[in-house]
Amino acid sequence: MINRRAFLAATSAGAAMLAAPSVLRASGAALKVGTYGGYFQNSFDKFIYPDFTKETGIEIESIGEPTGEAWLVQLGQAARANQAPADVSMMAQVARIKGERAGLWAKLDESKMKNLGVLPEHFVHHYEDGALYGTGAVSWYVSLVTNTATYPEAPTSWKALWAPEQKDKLGLMSLASNSFLLEITATTFFGGTDILKTDDGVLQVMAKLAELKPNVRLWYRDEGQFQQALETGEIPMGEYYHDVTGLAASQGKPVRSTFPEEGAVLDSGSWVVSKASKMLDQAQVFIDYMAQPAVQAKLSRNVGTAPTVPRNLTDLTDAEFAAVSSDKAPILPLSTLYVDKGDWVSQKWSELITG
Amino acid sequence: MTHLAEPETAVPRWIALWPALMLGLFFLVPFGIMLSVSVAHRVEGGFFEPGFEWASYIRFLTPFFGRVLAVSLGISLAAAAICVVLAFPFTVFLATMSRTVQTRVLVVLLSVLSLSEVIIGFSLSTLLSQTAGIGNLFAAIGLIDAPRAYTPSLFALLTGLCYLGFPFAVLVLYAPVSRLDPEIVEAARVMGASAARAFFGVVVPLQRGALTGAFILIFVFTLGSYLLPQLLGRPEHWTLSVHITDQAIYQANLPFAAAMSVFLMLVALALVGLASLAGRDRGAA
Repeated sequence: MINRRAFLAATSAGAAMLAAPSVLRASGAALKVGTYGGYFQNSFDKFIYPDFTKETGIEIESIGEPTGEAWLVQLGQAARANQAPADVSMMAQVARIKGERAGLWAKLDESKMKNLGVLPEHFVHHYEDGALYGTGAVSWYVSLVTNTATYPEAPTSWKALWAPEQKDKLGLMSLASNSFLLEITATTFFGGTDILKTDDGVLQVMAKLAELKPNVRLWYRDEGQFQQALETGEIPMGEYYHDVTGLAASQGKPVRSTFPEEGAVLDSGSWVVSKASKMLDQAQVFIDYMAQPAVQAKLSRNVGTAPTVPRNLTDLTDAEFAAVSSDKAPILPLSTLYVDKGDWVSQKWSELITG
Repeated sequence: MTHLAEPETAVPRWIALWPALMLGLFFLVPFGIMLSVSVAHRVEGGFFEPGFEWASYIRFLTPFFGRVLAVSLGISLAAAAICVVLAFPFTVFLATMSRTVQTRVLVVLLSVLSLSEVIIGFSLSTLLSQTAGIGNLFAAIGLIDAPRAYTPSLFALLTGLCYLGFPFAVLVLYAPVSRLDPEIVEAARVMGASAARAFFGVVVPLQRGALTGAFILIFVFTLGSYLLPQLLGRPEHWTLSVHITDQAIYQANLPFAAAMSVFLMLVALALVGLASLAGRDRGAA
């Protein structure tokens, strides 16, 4: 999904540049909100922003941003010149934490945001001094997927990846920071992700992960390559996006997505405000608005993201909820690991995979 | 060199300034930027800062990356060797055919060059797959018990690289081979050499320069391939170019990616230099 989002972001950034004159005209009192360009931006433009403007009177200028580090670098450089290319931005977790370390995000006034109480703790982001600076925006699951023709019975645990009968049958993502396999392995075999907080622990988890190497046929960077192989049964098991797999199954493809007993990985983007923004009040209204269960339910129905708030607060039907999420406790990515020790983890990871 | 010293040349000398300028602008300047980035300071958890340090080069000097470099060179050398070995007899044979046939074959080969690496990679992975590939054919005619996949594997990867490289090899070899005087081979035959002896003893040595040129071209060309190793190879066949892509795009570690690129280029240049020296000596003899 990262690849597709990055690609869409690149194309939409080009389109945005072409449309720049009209953007300049439109700028005035509008709140600039950045989301991943392409699918996300289009969906927000269509389903979310018009209702927000109707309810609050605040105009939105939609900005398409690239995923990953590029937008963080741009925001950081612009903030040094006291400029904000976007007031509010949707950031991936690693980039969010890097911005937190750099003090790039504006501190928000919690007392003016009455809806944040419904968000779980991991979707409310604070500076070390306790000041609020961001909230969870959208989330999505990476789950255990199988071809239904090859596996008539759905697997129940991530342990299925390690089973000897799966030799040469798995498709897994090729990077530590996007596959979350360290978190999955730690939760499945070491009782949780706490073991990843020490170097020795990371190496222990990697050793366990190395055991499934003979089972992996494809370490994929390109999601299209795996999805096609999964649908044909060429590579009948692996990790993939829950929402996309569900969509393929609903179109009659022989695939299924399973939430294993250990939980599926919950990846997410968060709202943050550049410290150079001069529209802090409006930004707070926006972030507060987005946390409402009704808005989260609307996102689930129209964009395919999992709600960031507990299910019982939303009016999603069983089918609508199952299409994007699960009641099982999720495995949360240990994003700080990739911020603090990114180079070391990626080096050890390369040695693990290719060795 | 002597004709350059003559007072009258076909084109004015200053025209050489144009390619020189373009070369400086579009090759030397980016290369300079890459060199400066390769010694910049990597900010862990960030981007990079201007600076001068050897850290990225030192990180490369490990047995792990030594092995990756050896794999890259080995795969490219093998692909180049296979391409030349296939393309040379093919081209010699092609040169004996009628003009019309030659043109048609060359047009087909040129059209292969218009295919992107992605299309070639995906086509081959389907062709070599278990569900839709040639394994089904082999099983149907009883060669193997059950359909199996032949990808990802070293075989699949080399097939892909050779598919890409073969047309280049033929195009490089075509001009010198078609200029080869048939009387030379006839002379060898008249003096009692067998067809094979004439081919290996006369034709191959005469074309040594062209063969070296084709070999170097395919070697350098496949060394930069980073898509096919991901699509058709196993992780142990991921080339240095794949690791460079990972570092540059996914880890945002441009200094390390640049340092690896510089290293790869130096090693490739050294090998190309050695090969062309070897080719020139024999060619002149």
